[in-house]
Amino acid sequence: MLRIRRVQERIESEYMGDEMKTPVHLYIGQEAIASGVCAVLRDEDAVNGNHRGHGHYLAKGGDLKAMIAELFCRSTGCSKGFGGSMHLVDTAHGNMGTSAIVGGGIPIGTGQALAFQMRRLDRVSVVFFGDGAADEGTFYESVNFAMLKRLPVVYVMENNGWAVCSSTASRQCAENVFHRGADPELLFTARIDGNDPELVRAAAEKAVARARAGLGPSFIECATYRILGHAGCLQQDPKGYRDPAEVEAWRERCPVRTYRDRLLEGGLLDPSALDRMEAEIAAEIDAAFAFARTSPLPTADDLHTNLFRG
Amino acid sequence: MPWSRIKPDTNEPDFLSDAMPGGPDGRRITYAEAVNEALSQALALDPRVFVMGQGVDDPSGMFGATRGLHLRHGRERVFDTPLAETALSGVAVGAALGGMRPVYFHNRPDFLLLAMDQLVNHAAKWHYMFGGAACVPLVFWACIGRGWGSAAQHSQALQGLFNHVPGLKLVMPATCFDAKGLMLAAIADDNPVLIIDHRMNFRQRGIVPETPYTVPLGRGVVRRRGRDVTVVAVSHLLAEAFAAAQELAAEEGVEAEIIDPRTLRPLDEELILASVARTGRLVVADTGWKTGGVAAEIAAMVAEKGFDSLRAPVVRVCNPDLPTPSGYTLERAYYVGKDEIKAGILKAARG
Repeated sequence: MLRIRRVQERIESEYMGDEMKTPVHLYIGQEAIASGVCAVLRDEDAVNGNHRGHGHYLAKGGDLKAMIAELFCRSTGCSKGFGGSMHLVDTAHGNMGTSAIVGGGIPIGTGQALAFQMRRLDRVSVVFFGDGAADEGTFYESVNFAMLKRLPVVYVMENNGWAVCSSTASRQCAENVFHRGADPELLFTARIDGNDPELVRAAAEKAVARARAGLGPSFIECATYRILGHAGCLQQDPKGYRDPAEVEAWRERCPVRTYRDRLLEGGLLDPSALDRMEAEIAAEIDAAFAFARTSPLPTADDLHTNLFRG
Repeated sequence: MPWSRIKPDTNEPDFLSDAMPGGPDGRRITYAEAVNEALSQALALDPRVFVMGQGVDDPSGMFGATRGLHLRHGRERVFDTPLAETALSGVAVGAALGGMRPVYFHNRPDFLLLAMDQLVNHAAKWHYMFGGAACVPLVFWACIGRGWGSAAQHSQALQGLFNHVPGLKLVMPATCFDAKGLMLAAIADDNPVLIIDHRMNFRQRGIVPETPYTVPLGRGVVRRRGRDVTVVAVSHLLAEAFAAAQELAAEEGVEAEIIDPRTLRPLDEELILASVARTGRLVVADTGWKTGGVAAEIAAMVAEKGFDSLRAPVVRVCNPDLPTPSGYTLERAYYVGKDEIKAGILKAARG
């Protein structure tokens, strides 16, 4: 969680330097979700993130150097400079690629679960998506199919209240996304505070265990907040579409700070250990940015590669 | 059913013998049986293959193409789907990423428009967008219908739309032999492949070997030799073009060379250009619309790369740029066939 935050902050602070020529969608404020869920996953399980996918990629074990190089559009990037910030891939760690079409990854993650089931593999597929994606038909279509086939898939909705600059209230009627009425036999559902990593982890544990036992899909709605704007860094945030008091209230509930304080107060983390973690993370980030900056760019000759395999 | 009166069962035309392996004495089966055999063999040979689609296990079984597969291979590998083309197309993409080889059947191409997001935005992009890290080996199949008043939303020849998209392979078989061989090749291919079949072809019987075989994607074939005009004919218009050429040879002494591209993307450009270099004249016959369509692309390709060979303007024989009408007389006026191709060949020959 701390590592994801610090990576995001570094991207944010360097973004106006214009070396990362790719639209970034920062995950600041939502770190507890990817961290909590991926803590119960194995390497061979799959996750499907979205355009705001840095946290999902890192939590699932994605390579940081390759991710930063991708943001710098270098040939050493995880997608060789063809994908950019919204299209991260690390197949060795179950990141099979992300869609920037809102709701586009939901059926793809569902299909990966179908493949795992048909191949009799003890693997789970997790799909992360926002409340905006829950407006899309693919969500309902996918959940229906997953229930029908009892697929080992966990749908994790990161409800941050905003789709670009559209509030949930302008898009959804009351609480229609959360299907309290769904038969728990067919769909395990949980609605939790997504800023509490332990609650997220506990819900994910249940959902993943259910998937591994062949009992079918789960849907976890995590209440959270996007501290920064939809895209870019703080300086680029459009003003006036949301109440500053709302942002402030959620800043107070910052998952990284509140969890750090809880661990320190409970004596589970001592300040020197925290300092060591901060130093290690900072060094790792420095190395990743240096790697990206010194990596070669793709050349025009690379343009026609990889249209088809074989 | 009125359909049976529109086009009776026929044996395929007597194409060039080198294009008809097995020779004239080979086993003749219907087009539907050829597709069915390809699917059944793929399911038997490769545990990664599965077949999905709304109605794949119903008694009609996609005009017979999938009939009985669920009985032979089990309902886990041949299954009916919810009426949710967008998500189920994404499920196919995800299953391919997860190590399977899905074959997704749509009995009408019109429903592919609901699948467009996953086909165009996802399946076609995945391998390129991730620098080759992941691939999506899947087959989408749809069948164009016509006749019996299918009207504007149940008979569209949408190959022009899909032909536009880099990252998709587009296949339109015209013979029973190719229906089987191209299906097996598409399933074996590591990329997303769209096969668009035509109901008219399903009335044909042709020579089809029983053993599994593949017809290479991206390779066309000459179906009739001729010195005067090159005709590139797509899907069921191949048989119409062949009949047109035979009649014109007898009536007018005009010898048309008939090319079956088989795959529209990648297109066998060399085969077409070599033929036009011999004849100097080109007619393109496509079951789709004229403007911005497959015939436009083939004509443009020849104008771009074989302009010096052309001795007359290119002629396109396509459906008019109109939605398909339902009424019988209107429908008859709408579709092009042998007569229009004959007129097109003469126009090119005398141009």
